Amino acid sequence: MEELMRDYLPILVFLVVAIGLGLVLMLSAVVIAVRNPDPEKVSAYECGFNAFDDARMKFDVRFYLVSILFIIFDLEIAFLFPWAVAFKDISMVGFWSMMVFLAVLTVGFAYEWKKGALEWE
Amino acid sequence: MAEFFTSTGLGIALTLVGQVLLVVVPLLVALAFLMYADRKVWAAVQMRKGPNVVGVFGLLQSFADFLKYIVKEVVIPAGADRAVFLLAPMISLVMALVAWAVIPFNDGWVVADINVAILYVFAISSLEVYGVIMGGWASNSKYPFLGSLRSAAQMISYEVSIGLIIIGVIISTGSMNFGNIVQAQDGRFGLFSWYWLPHLPMLFLFLISALAETNRPPFDLPEAESELVAGYQVEYSSTPFLLFMIGELTAVVLMCALISLLFFGGWLSPIPGLPDGILWMLLKMLAMFFVFAMVKAITPRYRYDQLMRLGWKVFLPFSLVWVVFVAFAAKFEWFWGAFARWSTGG
Repeated sequence: MEELMRDYLPILVFLVVAIGLGLVLMLSAVVIAVRNPDPEKVSAYECGFNAFDDARMKFDVRFYLVSILFIIFDLEIAFLFPWAVAFKDISMVGFWSMMVFLAVLTVGFAYEWKKGALEWE
Repeated sequence: MAEFFTSTGLGIALTLVGQVLLVVVPLLVALAFLMYADRKVWAAVQMRKGPNVVGVFGLLQSFADFLKYIVKEVVIPAGADRAVFLLAPMISLVMALVAWAVIPFNDGWVVADINVAILYVFAISSLEVYGVIMGGWASNSKYPFLGSLRSAAQMISYEVSIGLIIIGVIISTGSMNFGNIVQAQDGRFGLFSWYWLPHLPMLFLFLISALAETNRPPFDLPEAESELVAGYQVEYSSTPFLLFMIGELTAVVLMCALISLLFFGGWLSPIPGLPDGILWMLLKMLAMFFVFAMVKAITPRYRYDQLMRLGWKVFLPFSLVWVVFVAFAAKFEWFWGAFARWSTGG
């Protein structure tokens, strides 16, 4: 526990310093700069028109699909990390079982490709 | 006096803050000049002069820009979600900076010497996408919203191939610590012992993925001016915008550092016999940044469907096959163990 603290405390300090820097920069503009809002200035930018309707509108389902695909492959990478680190120590069983896992994933990937989940037009 | 800094709680905390500032302050100053260098390279390619008014040769241009950002009014759109709107640039900046905690500049010159360093950088750089998507959503305006969707989809698409490329390097090294990765590249042949040679195809893939991941040209689609104005940053002004800018540039420089560490042997000298040192690391980062700046200047912008096709249909399968190849090459020690540095002791 002590060692863990010693390793990760610098990251916490780094985080605090970074947040502090961000806050100082952000607040400095709030303190120094003049604030003079008027209705035209604070309206949403839409090439000079008044905004038609709510900006949080429907969007293409493909973005959703991309994020699902991302989760699958990112998870796969998360599984690969410990395997890769221990690569020199693992047995042939460990080696081949990961190859089988990757093969299964490749089948899934080929299926997605065939189904057209990766198409953008 | 030395005892105070190593044994008491306050002393340790002060030392840590000092170490952190020793990374952050030079980094921010370097950013100012890199920004200037970026613009100068761009200008030179287009046969312009670039910034040349503020200071000698315009060297102080970035500092003048900084002052200008600070005295500008912070405009918050009427329909915006104020808290999220201001939180987004903070996340962007903080995540970009915090990743530097584990980047070594010389043997042992690192703020946090943890054993999962690469995993940490990978995790932190995934979180950067939140800054983008929150900024776009909170603005409550159409261009930022669509721009942030595009940005987010682009960033996560290329993160997958970056992850797989990193796996290949980890297999070759057997460790996630940057110090160990650099030491594994130390060999008799100087620069030919580094990972760029065995992992050459992945070097190019990593470089291109890094461009896409950091939304740099030619993949700066969220900012395709003719389509989406400036992407998720449209409604931002003053220092919140500055935070986004710093965050973006810090991420670019981080990618330069990662490429230097993973493929070009970090602080190792390219010629056997010359001393290793921080100078090599900085030189390599600078050379990589020059590549980034040149790419920005000479390449035309990609179309969005081309970008997604490249990411999912070319980079992902290719890097996946490469991981399998590296695994086989390391396990059965093909190519005289070039892919299994733990076995050759190199």
